[in-house]
Amino acid sequence: MSRTITYREAVVEALADAMEEDETVFLFGEDVAEAGGPFKLSEGLLERFGPRRVRDTPISEQAIVGTAIGASLSGLRPVAEIMFADFAAVCFDGIVNELAKYRYMTGGQVDVPATIRLGNGAGAGFAAQHSQSVENWFLNVPGLKIAVPGTPADAYGLLRAAIRDPDPVLVFEHKHLFNHKGEVADTPEVVELGRAEVVRAGSDVTLVATQLMRHRALEAAELLAGEGVSVEVIDPRTLVPLDLETIGASLDRTNRLVIAQECSHDGSWGATLVSRLMADRFEMLDAPPLIVGGDETPIPYAGGLEELWIPSVERIADGVRRTLAF
Amino acid sequence: MSKTASSTVPATVPLEEQLEWQRAMLEIRFFEEECHRMFARGLVRGSTHLAAGQEAVNVGACRALRPTDLMACTYRGHAAVLAKGAPLDRCFGEILGKAEGLCRGKGGSMHLTDMSVGAIGSFAIIGAHLPIVLGTAYAEVYRGSDGVSLCFFGDGSTNIGAFHESLNLAAIWKLPVVFVCENNLYGEFSPIAHTTPVDELVVRADAYGMPGVRIDGMDIGVVHTTVSEAVARARAGEGPTFIEAMTYRYKGHSRADPGAYRPEGELERWLERDPLILHERALLAQGVEQTVLDEMRATAERTVADALERAMSWADPAPETRLEDVYA
Ligand SMILES: Cc1ncc(C[n+]2csc(CCOP(=O)(O)OP(=O)(O)O)c2C)c(N)n1
Ligand SMILES: [Mg+2]
Repeated sequence: MSRTITYREAVVEALADAMEEDETVFLFGEDVAEAGGPFKLSEGLLERFGPRRVRDTPISEQAIVGTAIGASLSGLRPVAEIMFADFAAVCFDGIVNELAKYRYMTGGQVDVPATIRLGNGAGAGFAAQHSQSVENWFLNVPGLKIAVPGTPADAYGLLRAAIRDPDPVLVFEHKHLFNHKGEVADTPEVVELGRAEVVRAGSDVTLVATQLMRHRALEAAELLAGEGVSVEVIDPRTLVPLDLETIGASLDRTNRLVIAQECSHDGSWGATLVSRLMADRFEMLDAPPLIVGGDETPIPYAGGLEELWIPSVERIADGVRRTLAF
Repeated sequence: MSKTASSTVPATVPLEEQLEWQRAMLEIRFFEEECHRMFARGLVRGSTHLAAGQEAVNVGACRALRPTDLMACTYRGHAAVLAKGAPLDRCFGEILGKAEGLCRGKGGSMHLTDMSVGAIGSFAIIGAHLPIVLGTAYAEVYRGSDGVSLCFFGDGSTNIGAFHESLNLAAIWKLPVVFVCENNLYGEFSPIAHTTPVDELVVRADAYGMPGVRIDGMDIGVVHTTVSEAVARARAGEGPTFIEAMTYRYKGHSRADPGAYRPEGELERWLERDPLILHERALLAQGVEQTVLDEMRATAERTVADALERAMSWADPAPETRLEDVYA
């Protein structure tokens, strides 16, 4: 049996189930306890689990990330919330120099099972410092795992997997999807890290997208179906580890690759994906891979400008058409 | 300063333990001297930051902890990690980049770590470890245990943001942390007075409603007493303490820095209050024979030389190990 819940409800449920399952799991961050979370992603958890396990912190992102690192070294499974992912900039050292490298630099003396949840993405007019797709900043940092759930089922399943994982996992929760509804099983499933989902089967072109773009990619695929084009939509769900096998196998059949991403090109996950696939599958391609992404600018505030910046269904569909016409 | 000054050891510390302090300080001093020579011989990659002169802070503080308590320190951390109980040979091994080094040759001089003795890390990004001990300390509270986390850092580190975030959170959560500032008067090549608008760093504890105390860091008895009190408060759930220990590094900041920016005579004045000399006098005053102390010194020197010889004989890490330990 299944039921329909929102992305937000899925996050709350995952946190609650993780805390129920494992006494070492605790949640902390700015306004996560008494206020139930700035985005209400921890509503009711303080009442249920008490202040030892659901804690408000000062506005101190470095202290938040450090607390997560230290607690995980000491055998707990901390879940830290960074309200807007963009604030990762003020605790970048903790994430990239300490958290990511702790196991390596100590020659494997420790497990670092910390989970950092970050509010990601654009679409709601928060302007350039509260809207970025911050997962891209961490792609060049071995040691981190990166999850980018796009549906309630994945928001639940990936968060559960992240919390159980012995390595640090950054879980980017997309702000523009918090009210998005989707199906989950009565007892929702844990989603293994590193497994892409083929969201829609197709034979003419492989269209890869995450989070908000996954939904727009699906809409674009429906639109194109009306034009007789069969689009396969794949959501990697985690960028590290990246399921190249599933995406590569699709590409081997469709011979065309389009990526829709909510960020500019350089240093992005899409650029990485293209380079990885090209290294092994150059001859499989009938057209150059295409990335439909944001402009090479900060994200603008005004509604019309922001909508132009974020790839639209039409822009994605157009990218597919151009690739097919090559 | 009187040439007959000695460290002030409380009657409650057994003589045997006081002798252990001296042995530990001697081994560290010889260890650091070996490192200095190793560096000159090109055996140490990158950089190395010696703690010679600061032994009383590291040993006095670590010996106020239980083996199960945790300690984090800086890249000037050989002394702290040894004081917490890491083996001499595996510390040398790490600095030499050997497979049997503490961190399998992946950390080096600036990152000595030995989780098995509670030395949770040596950190080379200024201030990075202060937030981390918040987490290890909260884990103790979370479990209802009474373990303590102690954190060493330099005077210069009190000017970085992480310091302030950490003292604030430690205080508001009443965490069992002891913050030990090793004030050696310089951050790299800058005198602390040129970079810091307060004369005494300990006043910064006030801003976080935390007890703070400034002490003579060359006097191992004073360090031990002060840290013991702070540890007791932490264990009792009374929260963190800030200790500013006045000390001095005999060598330059790192590598071959001769410390030319130091005023004439400053080093000599501090050498007169060398922690090993002060404590030796305290031991003599309690009736320990000079011959016993001389023998202790000779044994320490030999122990360190043997440890280095062992470490030098170890293999380099196998090439494939570079790919290990990124993920579980
Ligand atoms: C964030 C950061 N900034 C600068 C440096 C370069 N650096 C290394 S040690 C040091 C001086 C630190 O002085 P202090 O905290 O007093 O410690 P000490 O070396 O005296 O023990 C500096 C500036 C660094 N490692 N990290
Ligand atoms: Mg200093």
